Amino acid sequence: MIGLNHYLLLATILFGIGVYGVFAKRNAVAILMSIELMLNAVNINFVAINKFIQPGNTVGQLFAIFVIVVAAAEVSVGLALIISIYRQKKSVNLSDFNLMKW
Amino acid sequence: MQNILQISWIIPVLPFLAFACIGLILHRSPKGSAALSILAIGASFILSVLVAIKVFSGNPGQVFEMSFRWLNMPGLNVDMGILIDPLTAVMLIVVTTVALLVQIYSLGYMKGDPGFASYFAYQSVFAGSMLGLVVASNFGQIFVFWELVGMCSYLLIGFWFGRNSAKNAAIKAFVTNRVGDFGFLLGILFLMIVFGTLNYGELAVKIAGYDNMAVLLPIAILLFFGPMGKSAQFPLHVWLPDAMEGPTPVSALIHAATMVAAGVYLIARAFFIFSQVPQALILIAAVGGFTAIFAASIALVQNDIKRILAYSTLSQLGYMVMAMGIGAMTAGMFHLMTHAFFKSLLFLAAGSVIHAMHDEQNIWKMGQLSKKMPVTTWTFVIGALALAGIPPLAGFWSKDEILLGAYAGGYIGLYVLGSLVAFMTAFYMFRLIFTAFFGPNKEGHHAHESSPVMTTPLIILALLSIVAGFVGSPFMNNIFGHFITAPGAVHHEANVSIMVISSLLALAGIFLAWLIYQKEIISAESLRQRFSGIYKVLYHKFYIDEIYAWLGKVFVDGGARLLEWFDLKIINGAVNGLAFFTGWSGHTLRYAEDGQVQTYALYLFAGVAILLITALCAVFAAVV
Repeated sequence: MIGLNHYLLLATILFGIGVYGVFAKRNAVAILMSIELMLNAVNINFVAINKFIQPGNTVGQLFAIFVIVVAAAEVSVGLALIISIYRQKKSVNLSDFNLMKW
Repeated sequence: MQNILQISWIIPVLPFLAFACIGLILHRSPKGSAALSILAIGASFILSVLVAIKVFSGNPGQVFEMSFRWLNMPGLNVDMGILIDPLTAVMLIVVTTVALLVQIYSLGYMKGDPGFASYFAYQSVFAGSMLGLVVASNFGQIFVFWELVGMCSYLLIGFWFGRNSAKNAAIKAFVTNRVGDFGFLLGILFLMIVFGTLNYGELAVKIAGYDNMAVLLPIAILLFFGPMGKSAQFPLHVWLPDAMEGPTPVSALIHAATMVAAGVYLIARAFFIFSQVPQALILIAAVGGFTAIFAASIALVQNDIKRILAYSTLSQLGYMVMAMGIGAMTAGMFHLMTHAFFKSLLFLAAGSVIHAMHDEQNIWKMGQLSKKMPVTTWTFVIGALALAGIPPLAGFWSKDEILLGAYAGGYIGLYVLGSLVAFMTAFYMFRLIFTAFFGPNKEGHHAHESSPVMTTPLIILALLSIVAGFVGSPFMNNIFGHFITAPGAVHHEANVSIMVISSLLALAGIFLAWLIYQKEIISAESLRQRFSGIYKVLYHKFYIDEIYAWLGKVFVDGGARLLEWFDLKIINGAVNGLAFFTGWSGHTLRYAEDGQVQTYALYLFAGVAILLITALCAVFAAVV
């Protein structure tokens, strides 16, 4: 029987992978994808907790949809940024984007 | 005639008005300034005479007092008022007489000086302040005027401020007096705190029934600081000889006759305090006696006519203070009065000489003045005889009273010391006279007698120097002592043998000076060589100025250097160190900013993780 804990475990693993990707990946597009992973881990949590703790209520599901919407906007802005940086640097490697330093 | 006392407050006010008028309106007119100044002091003089007549025709103990509240704050009330008693009356006469004569004399002496108008303005404000000091009815008021006369002294010493020596002398006088005045002020505040009043009369009543020596002794000693500064007693005497940089009439008025006597007057005024404290009296007597012989010994070898007179003034002030200390307050005041007349005479005559010699003050460059300046010479001789204490001149009676007081009071040491000073006084005065007035004219100068406007005050003062002593002589039943006395002041009947001894000593001093400097039987040069060590010490005034300069260098400059070090190293070091630390930490921490967004994200994540762990720990702790 699959219970709440399984969902939470799945979300945690997904979130961990996302965090790892954000910190370890050098490719900017891969980092955007990792962020999507983290957001989706959160979405799983929202829906699972909604289902198991307060089944009569749909606030969690609504919030998940809300997050998806924001994530779509975020990705489009992020990709636009990456494209414009790429036009400057001819690279999507984050190591080359080090203008914000001392 | 009671009215005259009612309006006697005008006496100090008139010169102040003259000062204001000169300063605001008349300063462009030298003649008008002088006329107004002399008019004001002349009117004060006439009023003072009327007041004195009124006072001396009444009872000795009679006191007239009126005042208004001038300063009112919690814990300190100061009145301004007038107190007329015989002591005040004597001082009024002395101050107004000498001030009037000096101002008339200044007409001739200061003629053509570019600062003529301001000179008379200063003279007026001095006269007003001095009179205000004399009539003061309480310690607060006397302190205010005490400082005012000090300021006038400063202004007039530095009158020729273009000369560096005059400028420095003025500063020296001011600074030295600060030392004394600081003690004086502390004493006054002490009185206010302990007794709650500064009024002489009220204090006299309260102190008479007060016997806590632990309080009275510091008060008396602190109060004595004032006279020590103003009357130039050792060790605060250093300013007075330098004060001779001022115009000579100023030296006569302020630094011989009136202001420097204010200290003695203060002791007399506050005698009801001092007489309660025998230890303070001993201190006063010792300081006075030491100053007397100390200054007299320096005067023996000086060559500057004004400096000799300045040291003589120091010595005589020491005499007066010593008289106060041995309880002979009457004799001290008597000597103050006679000294004011003959010493201002001597200074004015010296000024006449300096004027004729075109600002030459070295007595060895004078000579033969008696032929060319007869009036100046003979008035000077009268003054010197009076100072030396030759009967029946004024100085004889007053000096004798002091010696008598010392002898009869059992202060044999001070009596011997006083007699020695009398001998030395006669010697140095006649050394000056035989050299400058009767000696050979080595320089071939062409001195000439001064104008009548200068010689007339000399003649008047010479007459006063002759007769002023009689008011305290047995011939007039010592009317002076009858009026001027205080509780605790001792008085002794005249003693013929003391009179004879002191006269003989004075004559011996004159005779010795005559032998050395007139007949040249004893060679001054060989004496100087034989006692070259003593001569050198005396000539350099016991090196007191050098010692003070050294002390200043060691303690003031040393302290300043120490504080400079503290400021540069500790204060600046702390400020600079803080700045350096901030800069250093910035330099070090900036390497955390490597420009990698991921690094920043890691910091963010670490921060969140730490916060989370802390919060969890708190929750677990609460649960457990």
